[in-house]
Amino acid sequence: MLISILTLTLIGLGLGLLLSAASRLLPSREDPLVAKVNALLPGTQCGQCGYAGCAQAAAALVDGSAPLNLCPPGGPAIARQLAQVLERPLAQPTPGGLAMPSLARVIAEQCIGCTKCLQNCPTDAIVGAPKQLHMVLEKACTGCGACVEVCPTEGIQLQQQAITLGNWRWSKPPRPNPFRGPLCPGEGLA
Amino acid sequence: MIVITPQAGPHVRNPGKVPSLMAKVVLALVPATLFGIYLFGLPALNTVLLCVVSALFFEGLCVRLVNKRLGLVLADGSAVLTGLLLALTLPPWAPWWIAVGGTGFAIVVGKQVYGGLGQNPFNPAMLARVALLLAFPLQMTTWVAPAPLFSPAAPDFAQSLTITFNGAAVPDSLSGATLLGQVKTDLDRGLALPQALGAHFSPLGQGIGYAAGSLGETSTLLLLLGGLYLLWQNIINWHTPVSFLATLALLAWVFQQLDPTSYAGPLYHLSSGAVMLAAFFILTDPVTSPATRAGQLLFGAGCALLVYIIRTWGGYPEGVAFAVLLMNALTPLVDHYFKPRQYGRTRRGKPLPLPPLEKMAPSRRGRP
Amino acid sequence: MRLFGFRGGVHPEAAKHHTERRPIRRLPLPRRLYIPLQQHIGAPAKAEVAPGQHVESGQLLARSQGLISAPVHAPAAGRIVAIEEHPAPHPTGLPVSTVVIETDSEQPPATVPSTEDPFTLPPATIAERVGAAGIVGMGGATFPSAVKLMPNPKQPIHTLIINGSECEPYLTCDDRLMQERPEAIIDGIRLIRHALQARRAVLAIEDNKPAAFAAMAAAARQSEAVEVIRIPSRYPMGWEKQLVKTVTGHEIPHGQLPGGIGVCVHNVGTAYAIHRCLRTRQPLSSRIVTVAGGAVRHPQNLEVPIGARLEELIDFCGGLTEPPARLVMGGPMMGQVMPHLRVPIVKGSSGVLALSAHEVDDGPERPCIRCGRCVMACPAGLLPLEMGARMRHDDLDGAEALGVQDCIGCGCCSYVCPSKIPLVHYFNYAKGELQNRRQEKAKSEQTRQWAQARSERLAREAAEKAALRAERAASKAQQKRPPHPSKEPL
Repeated sequence: MLISILTLTLIGLGLGLLLSAASRLLPSREDPLVAKVNALLPGTQCGQCGYAGCAQAAAALVDGSAPLNLCPPGGPAIARQLAQVLERPLAQPTPGGLAMPSLARVIAEQCIGCTKCLQNCPTDAIVGAPKQLHMVLEKACTGCGACVEVCPTEGIQLQQQAITLGNWRWSKPPRPNPFRGPLCPGEGLA
Repeated sequence: MIVITPQAGPHVRNPGKVPSLMAKVVLALVPATLFGIYLFGLPALNTVLLCVVSALFFEGLCVRLVNKRLGLVLADGSAVLTGLLLALTLPPWAPWWIAVGGTGFAIVVGKQVYGGLGQNPFNPAMLARVALLLAFPLQMTTWVAPAPLFSPAAPDFAQSLTITFNGAAVPDSLSGATLLGQVKTDLDRGLALPQALGAHFSPLGQGIGYAAGSLGETSTLLLLLGGLYLLWQNIINWHTPVSFLATLALLAWVFQQLDPTSYAGPLYHLSSGAVMLAAFFILTDPVTSPATRAGQLLFGAGCALLVYIIRTWGGYPEGVAFAVLLMNALTPLVDHYFKPRQYGRTRRGKPLPLPPLEKMAPSRRGRP
Repeated sequence: MRLFGFRGGVHPEAAKHHTERRPIRRLPLPRRLYIPLQQHIGAPAKAEVAPGQHVESGQLLARSQGLISAPVHAPAAGRIVAIEEHPAPHPTGLPVSTVVIETDSEQPPATVPSTEDPFTLPPATIAERVGAAGIVGMGGATFPSAVKLMPNPKQPIHTLIINGSECEPYLTCDDRLMQERPEAIIDGIRLIRHALQARRAVLAIEDNKPAAFAAMAAAARQSEAVEVIRIPSRYPMGWEKQLVKTVTGHEIPHGQLPGGIGVCVHNVGTAYAIHRCLRTRQPLSSRIVTVAGGAVRHPQNLEVPIGARLEELIDFCGGLTEPPARLVMGGPMMGQVMPHLRVPIVKGSSGVLALSAHEVDDGPERPCIRCGRCVMACPAGLLPLEMGARMRHDDLDGAEALGVQDCIGCGCCSYVCPSKIPLVHYFNYAKGELQNRRQEKAKSEQTRQWAQARSERLAREAAEKAALRAERAASKAQQKRPPHPSKEPL
């Protein structure tokens, strides 16, 4: 009895030592994950995530200091891909309740045609000429907001896309609440 | 964001609902239950009532513990069915704590810890029966010979209460053995099968069920009747019972042909023990059996194989409960591998090949 | 003729007896018609008229845009009041661009029989005319019919199947049409057969419509061009894939259209519309609509101009006997719930159902007991219970792996479910999310390209500027320096 316990303990200890030695002594390679994550990010370098650029954001994502949904231009699609690559759970269960993406919109009365916004747009989604009214191409706009910050007259805004017959989707069916009283669903089990 | 949630079709639906399904299964069990109560007297009635009432109690307790709506859950009828099924597999004069404890185990450990109806991997009634058999082998194998209601041997009301609640020993005059147990013992003693069978086995007697055994398992014909009713009402598919009974009969027949002195024939196997109850009421439990036709055929056949192996070569005279639990464990695997073929695709999910046009094209008919 | 079954399916209560014996009545022309510019699958039509303008009956209101699109015509003469957004006949009632016509007076569109024989026309011309008449699939799919009639040398059609199954409960519009106008339908089928140059044409009618079958068989006897066959009544028999399997014994391979196996399917209503288009040059501007359901006082079939609002139909049928529990456009299995009665009839509206509370009685949703009824009922060979469980936990990848994209949305699984789980709703949700995901992916791909193009452009511009600056500096330096006698030989 005692001998078998001792043997097992010794085996465990030995293997543990071996593992820790291996992790310290063997050279670890450059993290290929950062490159993979960087390739996923849109590369607009818009800086909305709070990092200098997409490469820095990728590094932060890999070391776990940045949330998965940090990239507004990438939207939920990228958050999901990141979750898959990084093997981290998405904080929010995907869409259904996710808001429609916001897009930039020029307020005609306030636009002075300074072209600042079009120079700053990372996807060239704003067209216009000096002293002319500018316009946002909805297809190319990622809603990153770079234009909003540079506009001297606050003449450009992010607005939620309207729901139309074309982009309306069935939402998740409401789940029946099997619980009594004022409890939120799931709370009783927690 | 405005979340617009209109209702999707279909806007008319089949009237069948879970409570009515459960009610029909209970209804199908009524003849066999009544016969069991008639055959084994008031103690059997006590056992049935104890199981059903305590099933409702334990279900209600669990539901209240997680704060779910009591009425909605109890109304689905699944607890009553579990309690009744367990009662039918118990020795008719089982003491009260076997009935109540077993039902509690079935409902709490067998079902509610997984999240209630639809979530349990094992059939709750069979799980409880196996647990009882392993924990209390003596009480679970104390059988009584038939003592029909109103017959002189039948215990009266007061006696029935003593039997159930005070654990009065079964009088020697009434103690009996099941056919399976008797034959197994005889075989172990070195008797040849024909002698062992000859003494105890008559197909007609087994069919009617005037014999010692579990409370509701003895009458093969009444259980078959209930099963046919379920088939007629479209509550169960034919796949599982037919594959189960056919495989068992086939195995018994093959081995009987090989050595009639050691292996009993199909009728013996089909009409004894829990086979008929299992075929129509246990194996067809939707929650723990495969959802596809092919899967159900395999499930039934696998159960039959296990039952035959346990009965013939195993230590226990009866193996239905073990077989069911083992196959329950395989159900997710069966469901994973036995999927129906999707329309327009091959079994492997690739698009079907285009048929050659010449072969398909019909001859010209009529003038345009 | 030998028939082949299809797997799965259900037998819902037909509930057709309320309307199948009553003749089709014509709805009096409403004062105002609301004609949406998008009534079909594909690109919306583009308005060709302006507010204030007067239009004649059958005049083009909006032109088709692109290959998969259909034009829209005026169902009656009148004045265009506005072209503005009105609620669409859609579960949400979201706005759709709509032409509003104030009609002149009760005046049935003049029908002048065309003198030319359409059988002398080349197939491509027939397809063209059908397209110009704005004819779309009348069974509810509203796919532009001309696209299916266009001759395709790569995929010759050998069998034309005309869908007269009308497997949806309640609906009898095709049934009544077949009973009342069989010659016109047969003529339409022959024209389609001519356009497709098909070897045979089969009209398939479910066996719960003996009157329609008798009428069609009698009308078909004269020309022998059309085989009229009886098929078993089972929902969803009228779904293209199941009908093709039943009649030909072949499944349409995944990713293919019926044309891939040389089969083309049209609805009887479409055949009738094609007959009218080619024989009397009338565009598609009216259709037969079944008005039924427990809450309707006098259920019946109506011939309705496109653009009439549901309230007009219900009023003509004697109004409602009780507030309907659910208002449905189409059949009760695959139809869409409507938000209110102020939405118009469109080309694909086969029925208007005001269902009473006891008809839609669902009861509370309960946990799945894995009974497998949905698996047995699924005509697409899917595992609805597994896909539903995945979607309940937003496991879109899991549902996709199980083939949720192959779901035809027929509703058999929800219909048979004893736990009343809204499986179809879960699959609609899954399909929408998958579509979102595809769009998001395409957009992020596009964004990446644009961002790259921009950074390349900026780099190029900077390089060009630098080069220009260097050049200028060089030329300046040259100008400053006094001309130096060149030593080099010229």
